Amino acid sequence: MKKIITMTMVAALSIAMLTGCGNKKITGSVSTDGSTSMEKVIGALGEAFQNDSGINFTYNPTGSGSGIKAVQEGRCDIGLSSRDLKDEEKASGLKGTVLAYDGIAIIVNPENPVSDLSVETIAKIYTGEITNWSEIGGNDAEIVLIGREAGSGTRDGFESITDTEEVCKYRQELTSTGDVITTVAQNPGAIGYASVASVKDTVKAVAVDGVAPTEATIKDGSYVVQRPFVLVTKADSDLSEAAQKFFDYITSDDANEIISEAGVVSAN
Amino acid sequence: MKKNQILEKVIHGIFLFLGLITVDCVLMITVYLVISGIPAIFEIGPVDFLFGKEWASTAAEPKYGILPFILTSIYGTAGAIVIGVPIGFMTAIYLSKLASPKVKSAMQSAVSLLAGIPSVVYGLVGMLVLVPGIRKIFNVPDGASLLAAVIVLAIMILPSIIKMSITALDAVPKEYEDASLALGATPIETYFKVSVPAAKSGIAAAVVLGVGRAIGEAMAVMMVAGNVPNMPDSLFQSVRFLTTAVSSEMAYSSGLQQQALFSIALVLFLFIMLINAILNFFLKREKE
Repeated sequence: MKKIITMTMVAALSIAMLTGCGNKKITGSVSTDGSTSMEKVIGALGEAFQNDSGINFTYNPTGSGSGIKAVQEGRCDIGLSSRDLKDEEKASGLKGTVLAYDGIAIIVNPENPVSDLSVETIAKIYTGEITNWSEIGGNDAEIVLIGREAGSGTRDGFESITDTEEVCKYRQELTSTGDVITTVAQNPGAIGYASVASVKDTVKAVAVDGVAPTEATIKDGSYVVQRPFVLVTKADSDLSEAAQKFFDYITSDDANEIISEAGVVSAN
Repeated sequence: MKKNQILEKVIHGIFLFLGLITVDCVLMITVYLVISGIPAIFEIGPVDFLFGKEWASTAAEPKYGILPFILTSIYGTAGAIVIGVPIGFMTAIYLSKLASPKVKSAMQSAVSLLAGIPSVVYGLVGMLVLVPGIRKIFNVPDGASLLAAVIVLAIMILPSIIKMSITALDAVPKEYEDASLALGATPIETYFKVSVPAAKSGIAAAVVLGVGRAIGEAMAVMMVAGNVPNMPDSLFQSVRFLTTAVSSEMAYSSGLQQQALFSIALVLFLFIMLINAILNFFLKREKE
């Protein structure tokens, strides 16, 4: 008797599962490849998407250049780039869609009277041309340069925007945004950089060229220490069904919350 | 009877197997480090790698010289020993010979507690108290420096030095000291001229153990040393240790950079093997 009941139940379950599969559901997978700086945001989006839709999501952190090449060669569905596409890349049949903007705040100690710097001044500070705050209207104190470790996305972004790659004369290279903020909060002579979303009251974010870093100024481009997070696709051919669904999802309003939780400003 | 013998054999087998797990781990790690560490050394060139003064792993023309890291690790460890050993050694003499039982048990539990504090806590306290303190006391622009790392390391190695020295001093036969006292030597004379020489192998082992602990520490020094790959020319310079060189760049590394990090780990591993060999030498001598 017991056996019969079990068998019936198994049969019923199998049928239920079969009909489940019969529903119009997209299967397949989405592969993304590119910028290591986008790891946090694309990871969060991918996870949410995978839970929602059951479509498999993969992300290969190789760097913006490799990601763009991967799309060109058809090795992935969507490429991830933390810079705008170059003209020759666009000419080769690629299309860029801005997903979000990553704003980098220049932070100083709250005791520091300096509250506005130009990009050139920031570059001069970080390359060691300006070494004392008194040269730019601050107290007579040596400038202490706080940065991130080689390979960090924030460092890469900061150095490429200020055009100071490989020439920054750091006093400290710390391995997390939190460490940078703590260190700047403690040293009246320190200057550092950190993702805008993670800046706290313990430090002061200076205006750059007179523009304070806020969500609005980052979005409209007037705050210049920022870079776009770009989704790279082929202009002439369509995405696979699964990839298109992912693309639509992450560029929709539903994804905004996840994007801002990852510390960047959504482009929508 | 037979059944018992079989059971014995089975249990022997289980113990042997469990013992082999440790040995296997050591072998696997060694083989893995050698296999993944050697290629980069030869690609960069052993001389350029070990004696190059510049480390710029992500530059357009990368440079992989680890001399700054090697010297920093050596200086940092030496500094920690210079500060930590006298303090630890004197504490051990006091606890082993002079302290009353009550004081001894209270202080020994304090020492054990110090040993149990996680290194990230040392780093955090160092970052929040020591680094600003050095900046103010010495009036330098920034306190994250070789000096800060040396002080943190000196405190971290105290427990191993104290505990090991106490064990060595306690093991000195009472008759030696009694004989010295009977000849008219004061207690302090006796401790320094009889007890300490009799325990010298054990104390030397304690120092070597401290060296091993200091050279292998990563987390705490990463938070206070500043991590810039400078040559350690001054106590107030921001420096990077062998350990922190590996841990700070590993997360984002790729290609030759990653291989070079394994090579650094291999160099560190060789240092620690050397220290262990020295430690074994002293421990063996003490037994004899």
